[in-house]
Parts: sequence; structure tokens; C-alpha cells
Amino acid sequence: MEHRLLSEHYYKEGHSSLAGYKSLGGYETLHKVLDKTPEEVVCIVKDSGLRGRGGAGFPTGVKWGFLPNNSEPRYLLCNADEGEPCTFKDRLIMEKAPHQLIEGMLISAWGIKSHKSYIYIRGEYQNCIRIMEKAIRSAYDEGYLGKNVCGRDFHHDMDIYVGAGAYICGEETGMISSLEGKKGQPKLKPPFPAVRGYLDKPTIVNNVETLAAVVVILRDGVEAFRSIGTEKSPGTKFFSVSGCVRTPGNYEVPLAYPLMDLIELAGGLREGRKLKAVIPGGSSAPVLTAKECEKARMDFESLAELGSMLGSGSVIVMDDSCSMVDMLSVIEQFYHHESCGQCTPCREGTGWLSKVVDDILKGQGRIHDLSLIQGIAENMMGKTICALSDAAALPAISFVTKFRDEFEQHIRKTLVQKKEEGLSA
Amino acid sequence: MEKSATLDKKFQLSEEGLAFVKKEMNRYETKRSAILPCLYRVQKENGGWVSPGAVSYLSQVMDIPEAQINEVLLFYTMYNKRPVGKLHIQVCCNLSCAMNGSRELVDHLCNNFHVKEGEKSTDDMVTISRVECLGACDIAPMAQVNETYIGPLKKETVVDQIKGLLKQD
Ligand SMILES: Cc1cc2nc3c(=O)[nH]c(=O)nc-3n(C[C@H](O)[C@H](O)[C@H](O)COP(=O)(O)O)c2cc1C
Ligand code: SF4
Ligand code: FES
Repeated sequence: MEHRLLSEHYYKEGHSSLAGYKSLGGYETLHKVLDKTPEEVVCIVKDSGLRGRGGAGFPTGVKWGFLPNNSEPRYLLCNADEGEPCTFKDRLIMEKAPHQLIEGMLISAWGIKSHKSYIYIRGEYQNCIRIMEKAIRSAYDEGYLGKNVCGRDFHHDMDIYVGAGAYICGEETGMISSLEGKKGQPKLKPPFPAVRGYLDKPTIVNNVETLAAVVVILRDGVEAFRSIGTEKSPGTKFFSVSGCVRTPGNYEVPLAYPLMDLIELAGGLREGRKLKAVIPGGSSAPVLTAKECEKARMDFESLAELGSMLGSGSVIVMDDSCSMVDMLSVIEQFYHHESCGQCTPCREGTGWLSKVVDDILKGQGRIHDLSLIQGIAENMMGKTICALSDAAALPAISFVTKFRDEFEQHIRKTLVQKKEEGLSA
Repeated sequence: MEKSATLDKKFQLSEEGLAFVKKEMNRYETKRSAILPCLYRVQKENGGWVSPGAVSYLSQVMDIPEAQINEVLLFYTMYNKRPVGKLHIQVCCNLSCAMNGSRELVDHLCNNFHVKEGEKSTDDMVTISRVECLGACDIAPMAQVNETYIGPLKKETVVDQIKGLLKQD
């Protein structure tokens, strides 16, 4: 069953309007929070153990603690770029609960003492952009944004920035470059954005879901939040389940939920199909075999133990109709297309990976290409400005090692076909 | 969107367009941040793409070097550097859509509308291209038609669906 902690009211009529949100208790937490000191708010978020929902799972309160202790202006940047393939949970939050996001951002802004925030939304999300624009306007009208938030001595301005089609702008420093009106190229860290970010000022970047979760943490308290999920992965998480399932969609469940049960929530597999593999955390995460899926639980630690990642929480389900060679070629073409080209291992590596896998797919592969893939991928890891290079390498390694038989069979089969064609020509 | 999909070099923004640019230039902390939203505006008023002439024009209006605008234009995929049809049909071919037959839909659409992938049909009506995941895998296989998402698409009905959209406005 779903555990609708954030999404309790998502499917109720009118919840996306300010009046509807307020009638269901919305913005009450913000009122309460403004009686606490910012330091208390940061402390609560730290104690809650909330971990970033954008991909890396970094503890949110700890990140906020990295802000320098000075009076420089600081920015809050909400990451609504949602570019990780097969992730669509932030879209749900913005469409169903724009004011929950705004409230979460205001609470966070109070905690980190920020007077200006941006929501960076991918350009394709026209519907979310319209909804968020309208929500921000009504929040200004009702005194939740602007000079005196909730009539208190706190001013905060919020705006939207619209991306223009580049996966790399989801990476926090790439996003900052883009917001500055430049190419969305990531920057070397350190310095981290919390120290030097947007316009060289301290900047906190958090994912949509992370900021929405801040509302329920401050509403219910640390203990209630920690009673869900595990010690190291507390709370609930939205999972975008898609691919070969009957009812693809977003499902909110406690962290550490069994993967197989999650697939069942999404309607299970189609009639007569068998599970082949699952990518549990967006296309950057190493793939799990059907056998591994049986024992997989959806939290940061359990998936790391299985050699994969929770990532953005997108669960890509593949049944026996999928060719693993084909799927890997789709993945590697994506990373090749999206590499920003600054780092040689990434620019060249993604190009080679996509070429070699595509050759195999088209029947021009050789068995030794499999070790070639492994070699290229290993040389792409841990050497670049951002994690895109690793994100391209990890699936390649996991696909060719875990599904080596299928890759070899594909190579042999197409080789035989070629020979036969050669003979008959 | 404008009727003719190939407006030319003598591009100029409408009065509202100019007002938009002025507003955007004051909206963010730096003027430079206005480049992305202004390029969208130019694209909209230029029939769906950003011509070199439009870049020079925007550079003058914003008083920002052409090189800075071009750098942005070339980096982001949502700005079209070539003319597109009245309907720009962008079919997602990432994992979940591919598993559900989206690549076959691209071929099917191209055949039916007599157009090569990524090119504009001779009657200026459609451009069909492949894109990466649009964050709507719950309605896979899906496509973005101008600003709207459609899906789950079916091979039997998709051509009529597009023809229906062409008849609107
Ligand atoms: C290549 C790449 C793409 C990313 N894309 C996204 C994205 O679309 N959305 C997101 O929230 N985080 C994305 N991230 C992670 C961000 O860099 C950052 O860690 C995150 O927004 C921090 O927020 P959180 O701590 O709340 O998760 C991406 C990272 C990399 C390396
Ligand atoms: S790793 Fe790739 S995407 Fe990231 S900065 Fe380097 S070249 Fe760009
Ligand atoms: S894979 Fe097509 S919308 Fe995500």
C-alpha cells in the first residue's frame, strides 16, 4: 500500500489552489515555523535525517550547515529540472501541490536566512510552469511572499526560471551557470554552491521533493518522520515506476519498501510476461537482475549493498520482451547527447560507449567489444568535473557484466546472420 | 505560432515582444539571465525557430554581444536553429517510451506525413523528431506537440490525432 505522507491530499479537488491548500491545513506549518529561530529549523531538518531526493541523497540539514556564517545574500534554488530518464515525480508535486512546494521553500528560506529563491523548471514542463506561476502570484496576493511573509518581519521573493532542454542543467552547478544566462556547464567543486553559487553568492540547491518533505517534517516533528523508513533512510519517497508495468505512475511509499511490492503497486507485469531486469534509480543507476530484484529494498543503503543506487527514485521495469543490448544503446546515446563536452574522459568516453554498443546492436560487434566497453567505462570514472561521466559508465559496466550471455548471444547471432548473408550474396 | 514557418532576416519583435524583453532584462539580478527567456520569445515570434538575423537583432535590443547569445542558443536543444513545421512533433525515444514502441511510431509518422526525421514537411505543416525523456513515462509512448504532451500514443490512431491538431487554429 502507498503511504501518502506528502501526497495525502494530492488527489483531492482544489488542492492545487491556494484556497484549497489552506482549507486542508496548508501554510499552518509556515506560521508555526516563523516562531522558531532559523537555527532551530536547520537543527530539526538535520535531526530528521532527511536526505536529498534529487539523486545523491546528501543529508539536507548538513548541506544547509555548510553556509558561511556571514551576512552575504544567499539564494535558495529549487531543482525542478527533472531530467534523469524516467523520473516524473517532481512534475506530480508541482501539478498537484504547488503550494506545498512554495511552503517548503519558505520554511527552508527562513531556516537558511534567504530572501530570494528560484524554481528552475525544465522548459518542456509547460503545464508545471503555468501552475507554479499562478501559485506564486496568489502567494504574493495573500501575503505569503514579498515584504512581510505572514505579516512577520521576514521578506522573501520567489521567481521561476525556465530551462531550455539540457540534462546537464539538473546538475547543481550546471543549473547555476544556466540561471546566470550561460551555457549550462558544471563547475569544479569545491567551492561548493553553499559557499560560492549563483553570482558567486552562497546558494543552496535542493530538489522539489526534498523541499516538499520539509513541510511534513516541520509539521509532524522529527520523531514522526523518523518512525517511517529506516534509521539512515527515514521518511517516504515518491517512486516513478514505468516501462513494462500495467499502471505506470508515481507511488509514495516508506523508504526500504520491497521492490517487488512496488512493481505490484504499479499493476505488476503484463499478462504472460516475465521480469528480466529493473533499473532502480534512474538510468544512471546500475541495473538489477530479476533475481536481485527479489531481495531488493528501496532505500539508499540496501540498494548500495546490491551495487546500485536509489538515485532519483525512478524504477524502470524491463520484462522478457526487452533486449538488453537495445536498452543499453538507448542509455548510452542519451549520455553521449547530453555530455557538455568540458572533460575529455566524458566527451570521448560517452561517444565511444554509444558507438560500440550501437555497433553490437546493429550486428557489427565482436566478443572483445565487451571488454572494450568495460575498459572505456572504467576510464571514465572519478576523473571529471561532474558525475555525468560516471552516470554513463555505471550502466555500461552493469549491463555487460550481468547480462554478458545475452550480449554474447546477440553478437554471435548477428555474426552468423552476416555470414549467411555474405554467402548468399 | 505564426503562419509562415520561415520568417527571414529582417526579424523584429512586436511591441509586446519588446516590452517583454525590457521586463525580463530587469527581472533577474543580471541582464544576462534574460537571454534564455528572450530567445524563447524570439523563437515564438519568428515562426518557431531562431534565425541568425534574429540573434543580431536581439543582441542590439539587449545590448549583449552576439557571441554570448549564440553560446546560449547553440547549447540548448529547445531552441530550433532551423525552421520547423506548424506542428513540431517531438517523440520521446528514451527507455520507457522505447519499450512501448515509440521508435516504431516515429517511422510510422514520417511515412504518413512524407517527411524525413528532423526535417520540415514541404507544406510547412509538420516536423517530426526524436527527443530524450520528457518526464512523462506514465503516459508512454508519448510525444510533445508544440507545447502540449500527448500519450499514450497508439499506432492505429496517432496519425488522425495529429491531423486533428493540424485542423485546430
Ligand atoms: C548529470 C546530473 C544530473 C542531475 N539532474 C538532476 C535533476 O534533474 N534534478 C535534481 O533534483 N537533481 C539532479 N542532479 C543532482 C543535483 O546536482 C543536486 O545534487 C540536487 O539537486 C541536490 O538536491 P537534493 O540534495 O535535494 O537532492 C543531477 C546531478 C547530475 C550529476
Ligand atoms: S563530466 Fe561530462 S557533463 Fe560533466 S562537466 Fe565533464 S564533460 Fe560536462
Ligand atoms: S521515457 Fe519517454 S517520457 Fe520518459
